Amino acid sequence: MNSVTSGRKTTTGDKVVGSISHTLLTIWSLIVILPLLWTLMSSFKTSSEIFSSPFSLPSHWNFHNYANAWTSAGIGSYFVNSIIVVVGAMVLTMVLGAMCAYVLARFRFFGNRAIYYLMLAGLTFPIFLAIVPLFFVLKSIGLLNTLPGLILTYAAFALPFTVFFLVSFFKTLSQSIAEAAAIDGAGEWRTFFQIMLPMARPGLATVAILNYVGLWNQFLLPVALNTDPDKYVLTQGMASFASQAGYAVDFGALFAAVVITVLPVLVIYLVLQRQLQGSVSPGTNK
Amino acid sequence: MTAIAPPGGGKPAAARRFSRRDLTFDKISLMVVFLGVPVACYIIFVVSPFLQAFYYSLTDWSGFTPERHFTGLSNYRKLFTDDIFLHAMRNSITLVIVLPIVTIVLALILASLVTVGGLSHGPVRGLRNSSFYRVVSFFPYVIPAIIIGIMWSQIYDPSNGILNGALTKLGFHRFESYPWLGDESTAMIATMFVIVWGLVGFYMVLFVAAIKGVPSELYDSARIDGAGRFRTAVNVTIPLIRDNIQTAYIYMGILALDAFVYMDVLNPGGGPNNSTLVMSQRLFTTAFTKGQFGYACAMGVVLAVITRLFSAVVFLVNRLTGGTNDVAE
Repeated sequence: MNSVTSGRKTTTGDKVVGSISHTLLTIWSLIVILPLLWTLMSSFKTSSEIFSSPFSLPSHWNFHNYANAWTSAGIGSYFVNSIIVVVGAMVLTMVLGAMCAYVLARFRFFGNRAIYYLMLAGLTFPIFLAIVPLFFVLKSIGLLNTLPGLILTYAAFALPFTVFFLVSFFKTLSQSIAEAAAIDGAGEWRTFFQIMLPMARPGLATVAILNYVGLWNQFLLPVALNTDPDKYVLTQGMASFASQAGYAVDFGALFAAVVITVLPVLVIYLVLQRQLQGSVSPGTNK
Repeated sequence: MTAIAPPGGGKPAAARRFSRRDLTFDKISLMVVFLGVPVACYIIFVVSPFLQAFYYSLTDWSGFTPERHFTGLSNYRKLFTDDIFLHAMRNSITLVIVLPIVTIVLALILASLVTVGGLSHGPVRGLRNSSFYRVVSFFPYVIPAIIIGIMWSQIYDPSNGILNGALTKLGFHRFESYPWLGDESTAMIATMFVIVWGLVGFYMVLFVAAIKGVPSELYDSARIDGAGRFRTAVNVTIPLIRDNIQTAYIYMGILALDAFVYMDVLNPGGGPNNSTLVMSQRLFTTAFTKGQFGYACAMGVVLAVITRLFSAVVFLVNRLTGGTNDVAE
């Protein structure tokens, strides 16, 4: 088709391929963006406007629906619960994961591989297999329907991925720096906290971002293990709001609630997208 | 067989081997604390529930009574004569066959267009504005699945949804109030579309990163040898990133076998005539609505076995088709 001999000029073939590519990519981008825009537009409409036509613009651009969603539908408190649980679980899993990965990556000892493969196995079983016994594990230690219970469970289930990722990351860090620290008299503890951990910052940031997306979106664990409506996290609260809306028919508020949930994440993503897109590759192509 | 490939990565920084004089208190205390706490947490909340599930699947436990009887394989026997469960299993298997292939092919096409769709002379490069397409395609991945489901259930809404609105405007009046999710013939396809919509961007970005990791000399030499874009994609790109494709395929398959969130929000009851009911949904209802915990655990075991079989098949296919980084045909 295209030969190298065509020289510097842009060939017709290039133009055709280029415009076909742009067309296809534009179509896909529209498929992604239009539903989001429609949701945004609908979030300003009253229920009767929503019923009259899916295309019409709202007659008044006000935040009435947003106020309703935030307070009467309780999205505000779900939001706070989600932040508590996700931040708590993130801190816990990052600390535990970094410690475990560090030892597995840096020291050779009996059982090292066994622990590593045990962690890896956790990644490949469906959570659904564990969900019923997990319910009773939490019940027996009195943490069922509590936020601390949810934090512990989230952290434990995020652990295998964190360890898996960080082990390969710690292995890439130079051993000689740790050895230099040891010669200078730093103990193992100090070496970890003051030298290795700061050096691992890029890897930690990547895992933190991926964990954040995963934990924020978690649905099954809260639905099964946290059934007290006051303690609902956002995903769960949205699901119950959506199923109630069928009866109360406040669709405007439902759209507004969707926007409230999506917007902060989308803004963070747009700000961080360089780091995030860079971070997708090292974790998965190993 | 372990599913996800162990990371062979990293510089060969050999772990230090212990000699006896290395075993200081300092080092031992560090190892005990650093390994002990995470592993204990992991065993209590992850490993032990998995193991208990196998045991409970052999009992008739209802969960709320202390007594449970060991019933051997009777739960499993019951499962394979349970029409609803078998129906759900068929639906799950449909998902695990269709979703990975559709998502990954689409993601590969988009990724190739973005990375090597540019001019055919000069250095191999992507299209103009390619980062715009990449950023936009990734949007859905950062939206929680439950929200994606809620959005699309509104889009598919028979009378107020934008889909039927648009189709009616275009002159297809038969869609004026067509229930996409309420009609047995379209419910499953409509649901699959939503899942693909939500995940293509992630895999596209993954493949874009992988393709960028391929040394550009390989593309240059393929071009000098006279390979067109399509041949380059099939004979250079795919063999070189096949490990990424394998990982993506397994992730996507595990996700398709779960699919709980999407199914639960788009068609909570399992869809018209159970046409979108999947195993995970059936398991959840059996356990937390009906209280048949032993029986639900047996479903979990079947789900886990299918998941493992799936990854084994993907590995096997990759091996049999020559899973080496071989650019030759």
